Amino acid sequence: MAVLQSGGMPRRVAIFVTCLVDQLFPRAGMAMVEVLERLGFAVDFPESQTCCAQPAFNSGYLEEARPVARHFLRGFADAEYVVIPSGSCTSMISRHYEELFAGEASTLEQVRALSPRVYEFSRFLVEVAQADDLGARFPHKVTYHDSCHALRELSLKEHPRQLLRQVQDLELIEMPIAEECCGFGGTFSVKFAEISGAMARTKVDAIVKTGASHVVSLDSSCLMQLRGALSRAGHNIQTVHLAEVLASRG
Amino acid sequence: MDVRDDFMERVRHALGRKLGQKPLPPPEPLLRIRYVPVEEKIERFRAALESLTGTLTVVDSPEAAARAAAALLNGRTAVASNHPFLVSCGIPTLPRVAGGITDPEELRNACVNSAVGITSAYCLLADTGTIVLRATPEEPRMISLLPPVHLAVVAADRLLSNLDEMLSMTPRPFDDSSAMVLITGPSRTGDIEQFLVRGVHGPAEVHTILVRGKPPKE
Amino acid sequence: MPAPAAAIRKTLADANLQLAIYTGTGRFKDNRTRAVSAQLLPEYQELRARAAAIKRHTLDFLDVYLMQLESSVQAKGGRIIWASTAEEAADFVLGLAKERGVTTIVKSKSMTTEEIHLNDRLEPNGLESVETDLGEYILQLAGQRPYHIVAPAIHMTREDVADLFAAKLGVARDTVIENQAMTARRVLREKFLSAGIGVTGTNFVVADSGAVVIVENEGNGRLTHSAPPVHVAIAGLEKLIPRTRDLGVFLDLLGRSASGQPLTSYTSVVSGPRRPGELDGPEEFYLVLLDGGRTKILADVEKRESLQCIRCGACLNACPVYRKIGGHNYPWVYSGPIGKVITPQFQGRETAPWLPSASSLCGACAEVCPVKIDIPGLLLKLRQENVEAAPDPEEKKLFQRWSWLMQRPGLYAWLSWLGLTLFGRRSGGWVRSAPWFARTALLRAWLSQRDFPAPPPRSFRDQWKERKR
Repeated sequence: MAVLQSGGMPRRVAIFVTCLVDQLFPRAGMAMVEVLERLGFAVDFPESQTCCAQPAFNSGYLEEARPVARHFLRGFADAEYVVIPSGSCTSMISRHYEELFAGEASTLEQVRALSPRVYEFSRFLVEVAQADDLGARFPHKVTYHDSCHALRELSLKEHPRQLLRQVQDLELIEMPIAEECCGFGGTFSVKFAEISGAMARTKVDAIVKTGASHVVSLDSSCLMQLRGALSRAGHNIQTVHLAEVLASRG
Repeated sequence: MDVRDDFMERVRHALGRKLGQKPLPPPEPLLRIRYVPVEEKIERFRAALESLTGTLTVVDSPEAAARAAAALLNGRTAVASNHPFLVSCGIPTLPRVAGGITDPEELRNACVNSAVGITSAYCLLADTGTIVLRATPEEPRMISLLPPVHLAVVAADRLLSNLDEMLSMTPRPFDDSSAMVLITGPSRTGDIEQFLVRGVHGPAEVHTILVRGKPPKE
Repeated sequence: MPAPAAAIRKTLADANLQLAIYTGTGRFKDNRTRAVSAQLLPEYQELRARAAAIKRHTLDFLDVYLMQLESSVQAKGGRIIWASTAEEAADFVLGLAKERGVTTIVKSKSMTTEEIHLNDRLEPNGLESVETDLGEYILQLAGQRPYHIVAPAIHMTREDVADLFAAKLGVARDTVIENQAMTARRVLREKFLSAGIGVTGTNFVVADSGAVVIVENEGNGRLTHSAPPVHVAIAGLEKLIPRTRDLGVFLDLLGRSASGQPLTSYTSVVSGPRRPGELDGPEEFYLVLLDGGRTKILADVEKRESLQCIRCGACLNACPVYRKIGGHNYPWVYSGPIGKVITPQFQGRETAPWLPSASSLCGACAEVCPVKIDIPGLLLKLRQENVEAAPDPEEKKLFQRWSWLMQRPGLYAWLSWLGLTLFGRRSGGWVRSAPWFARTALLRAWLSQRDFPAPPPRSFRDQWKERKR
C-alpha cells in the first residue's frame, strides 16, 4: 500500500461526508474514516462543510446553488485530496461545477484547480490508495446497486466490485437490473413520489430475488430509497454503504 | 419574398449565417471496407440470412440455377423480372413463370396473382444477409414485394461484404435508378405483443440462389 | 398544465399494462445491448461519435445542405415543398389530393405525420387516410395516438386487437396473432393497390443525392412509396445528412438501437419518381420539408443538439420513468426522454412545465443514445428555464432559505445538533409515519411510498468532534 510519503508522514485527505451522511447516516462516514485511517491516511474533516449544492442545481435554482458551491470551494481549497462517500455529490463537484460557474472566470479557475483532487471513495481506494487488502470480513450475501451518477457520470462499475471481491467471506450475488435507477432522483422522489415508489419496488423485487441479506452501494441516497421501500414491503434486508462493508471485521 | 426564400432566410437567421457563407467540411463517416475471401463471404451471408429464416443455395452454373429455381418453385406460379442475369440463366422461360413483361398493368396483375416473385439483385451484402435491389426498367419494384415468396438469383461476383463496400463501388447510386431497397430477410412485424409474424405486408419467405462461374455469352 | 397525476396513477395501478410496458421495452433494451456489444459491434462507440458529429455538423450548416438537397431533388425530377408550419404541411397533402381527385391515401408509420395531425386534416375533408403499419393501423381503428416511437401499439394485447377488429372490420373475433396480422394484410393490400397517394415519413434525407431513406420491417413502407402514382415524403428539417456514404454509419446504429436488428427487413432509399422505362413506382415525388418550430430550436446553440435525434426509441426503452408511466401520459406525440426534451421546445415551456422535472436524471437515456444527445443535461437546462421564467414561489423560498443556511456552517451544525438531540433515536430503525411536528408535505410525499430512516441521535460532525477529543 503506497501510502506513506518519503518523509514517513502520512498523506492527508479531507473528507466531505455530504449532508445526507452527516445528518442521517453518520455510520457510513465513520466507516469511511476508519478505512482511510487503516490505510495510513491522516483524515481531516473541514468543519465548514455543509452541502455540495446539488439539490438546488438539479432543480434549476442556479442562483441559490452558486453561493453554496462557492462555500464548498472555499472550505476545501487547500485539501490535497477530497474524498466523498457519494458518486452523486462527487459528480456534482467534478462535473457540474464547471457548468454552474461557466460565466464566472475566477470561480471557474478554483473549480478546475480543485476538481482533479476530488475523488469518490471507491475510486480513491482503487486509484490512489491502491488498496488490495483492507482486511475486511463481511460474512453475508450481498448484492450491489449501481448508483446512476457513479456508474454513468463517473464510470464506476468495476471499482466497487473489485473492492467487494477483496472482502473475506462476502458472497456477491449480482441482480439482473443492477444498473437500473432506484427512483430516488433527489426532489423527484417527492415531486413524483408515485413514479419514484414504483421504480423502487421494481428494484426491490430484483433485490429480493437474489436472496441477498444486504444491498451495497456507493450512495446513501439510493440506499435510503431502497431500504425505505424494502422496509415498507416488509423485507428484512439491510442496506449498507460500501465503506461500512470495507470497515467491517465481521 | 416567396415561401422558399422566406424559409431559407429563417434557417440562416437561426444559425447566424449569411447567404453564400461557406460551411466547414463535414466530418468523415466511418467506412469499413476490408478484403474478405469469397468462401467466407458466402458463409457469412448464409448464416445471416438463415438466422432470419431465409435460404441460400449455391450452384455452379446458370443451368444449375434454373434447375434450383424450378425445384424451389415446385409447380407454383411465379413472375420473373427481365434482369439480364435471370434471362441468361433461362429463368423467365421456366414453366408457369410469367416473364418478359413490359406492360405496367400486366406486371402488376402478374405480381398480384403469382405465388413467387423472382428477381436478380444489384448485389448481396454478406454481413447482414441483405439483398440489394435497384429499380430499373428490367428490375421493377413489385416483383420482390407483392408475391408471398421472393427468390433472388444472383451472380457470385455480386456478393459484397457490407453497405460501405457497395457505396464505395457505387458512390452515385441514383444517377441511373430512382430507388434502392435493402431487403434483409422476410417481411415481419412484432406489433402485437412483440409476437413475430412473417409476411405481414411483403413476402413471408426469402430465398437466394448464388451462381458461381460466368454465365454463357448471350 | 400540471402533471396528469390521476392518469399516471391509473397507469401505475394497471398490473397488465405495467407488465406489457416493462417486458416490451425490456426486450428491445436487451436486444439493443446485445447488438451493440463489443463482441458484435466493436466499433460501436466510434460509430456513435461519428454519427453525433455528422448530425451536429449538418445542423450547424443546415442552410447549405438544404440548398444542396433542393437542387439534387429537382435534378431527379422531384419537388420540394417548404412547410413552415404543421398546417402548411398537412394542407399541401390535402390540396394535392383534391387536385388529383384522390379519395384514398395510404400512410406508412411516421412520427412527423403524427406531429402535423395529417389524418385529422384529411378525414373531415372526405378523404380516407389509412395507416398501414400494423401497430398504427390498430391504433387508428382504436382512435389512439402512438404509445411508443417505434412500437406504437406496445401497450395492447391480442385480446384488445381481437375486439377491435371484430368491431371495426366486421370479422369474426380471433385472438390468434398470425390471423390478426393476415386480416390486416388482406384489408390493407386492397388499399395499397387503389390509393392515389402514398405518404411516408423519412428516417434520413440525403442532401447530395436527394434521396429519402425509409426504414421498416413490414413492407408497408415499400408499398406506400411504390404502389400509388404519387409519393409524398414528409420530413422534419432535422432528418438531413450530407452524403450517401454517411448511410452506413447511421443505418448501423438505427436498427440496432431501435430493436437490436443489424438492418431492419427493408431499407428503402428513394430518389425522385420513377425514371423513363421503369414499369412501376410513383410518377410524382414530393418532399415536404417541415420547420414546425425546428428553426426556433436551431437558433438555441445550447439546445440545438435536441435535433440530432434519429427517433430510434432507445431512450424510451432505457428510461425507468417511461417504463412506469408509458407513452400516453406524455403531453405530446413524442414520449419518453426525448419527448421530455423536445415537447417544451416545440410546444412551448408552459405546455408542460412539470415535464423536465419528471426525471430522476439517471442518465440511462444518454447512455444508449446513438447520436449522443445529452438528455439529462438538456433536462437540467429546461428546468433552469422554468425557474427563470416562472419559479414556483414556495419552492423558490425553500431554496433561498436552504441556500442561506448552507453558507452558515455554525448555524447549520447547531440546528442539526438541536434536531437530533430532540428527535434522534439511539435504536435507529425505519418509520412508517411522521410524528405530528414533522408532517411536512415533503415527508408526507416520501412516506406515501416508503419508510424513512429514524434520525440518529448524533450527526457525523458531532461524532467526529467527540472522537477527536
